[in-house]
Amino acid sequence: MKRVQREIVVIGSGPAGLCAAIEAAQAGAGVLLLDENAKPGGQLFKQIHKFFGSADHRAGVRGLDIGVQLLKQAEDLNIEVWLNSEACGIFDQNSVWVVRDKQHSITVEAQRIIIATGAVENSINFPGWTLPGVMGAGAAQTMINVNRVLPGHRVLMVGSGNVGVIVSYQLLQAGAQVVAIVEAAPTLGGYGVHTAKVRRAGVPFYASHTVKEARGTDHVKSAVLVNLDSNWQPIDGSEFEVEVDTICIATGLTPAVELAFGSGCTPVNSPALGGLVPVHDAGMKSSNESIYVAGDVCGVEEASTAMEEGRIAGLCAAHSLSYLDEAAFSRRFEQLQHNVNALRSGMFGQRRREAKESIVSSYGVHR
Amino acid sequence: MNRIVDHPILGPLADAEVVHIIVDGVALTARKGEMIAAALIANGKNTFRRTVKRDEPRGIYCGIGRCTDCVMTVNGIPNVRTCVTEVAEGMVIETQLGSGEWQ
Repeated sequence: MKRVQREIVVIGSGPAGLCAAIEAAQAGAGVLLLDENAKPGGQLFKQIHKFFGSADHRAGVRGLDIGVQLLKQAEDLNIEVWLNSEACGIFDQNSVWVVRDKQHSITVEAQRIIIATGAVENSINFPGWTLPGVMGAGAAQTMINVNRVLPGHRVLMVGSGNVGVIVSYQLLQAGAQVVAIVEAAPTLGGYGVHTAKVRRAGVPFYASHTVKEARGTDHVKSAVLVNLDSNWQPIDGSEFEVEVDTICIATGLTPAVELAFGSGCTPVNSPALGGLVPVHDAGMKSSNESIYVAGDVCGVEEASTAMEEGRIAGLCAAHSLSYLDEAAFSRRFEQLQHNVNALRSGMFGQRRREAKESIVSSYGVHR
Repeated sequence: MNRIVDHPILGPLADAEVVHIIVDGVALTARKGEMIAAALIANGKNTFRRTVKRDEPRGIYCGIGRCTDCVMTVNGIPNVRTCVTEVAEGMVIETQLGSGEWQ
């Protein structure tokens, strides 16, 4: 198999991977950025809403515009990018097996590897959940915002977290009707500003409700909703049917950890951040000296936090290869820590911050 | 067609080169650079394959190449993930039964 050598290989060109590559390149390291898709950006280009945070986090800028800026930065830094390039495994801690264009294998021997493989949507199952028309909320979001194709006209959204309400609003913008948003919990889960926008548009919310069944033969024709009691059990007789052609599932995400765990990174369980994630220190180094992690793969948060984590990983990976003097490194590291902490504050952020601190504090124990 | 022609944030749909594809023997058009799954849904086709045991229909689920629910036979190759595979001129796309067959 053909072999090549690179200093730092970043796997995944979503928000975390792009920022990791940029930060490491700015520090002076040679970077190769890999992505299995035909286009870089991960899921950033379907985020057409304005992001949160402070001005430092480019709050108020839409996700897709941030994507354009980051790609420009990567290009200006002459970062080497391989698209249609799947990282299939990491061997001996430093060798990345890559399949390019589904055709040929190549081994990249990397001094440092940054895994930024993101996360995948959770699904829930119910009778009829395999029917065409039932799909992840993220799939619907890709269809409308990236492909400019409407997957349906009357939509039921399952889950009222940020993904559920943001995608609901974007479905309205795309011209669909959102018939209902159901939430199994007694209270709604999304940020108030997003929830309020959807409410103002007249979309009904049903808390303590879930979908019991999807009906239809070759496509979704309707959904049966049911009220849940305080023990999350369906209340008999409370069922009612809504006419929909699309059911979007927005019930959270799970870190895409296969590559990280396959390469030997030690897992730690973090229920608040999506389940098993690779344990890492404050500098995003995994249990493996040469492997760093960043973004949703090491705990599901949101894109702004993923970008800051990516920068930290890129900075620390470059520094471990003797780029940057101590003073410059410390200054930048503290700044990035400050940024990430600012994103993990407030009612929603505090829980994520505690979960992250728990992962970092278990680093020495689990290695 | 289920194309989103006007959009309050993204603006009008830009022109794109037309790509000709054949889906289950029917000639359809797609936009250059888009994924097969998008082209099919734009043309009103939502069933991409059928299961072998119960003959149930399946369509897209995750839309990002992870779940493999949307696989079809493309140019004779079965199990092609249509949500992450771009259309190409003259591409022959077929609804797949079960795990499909190489042709």
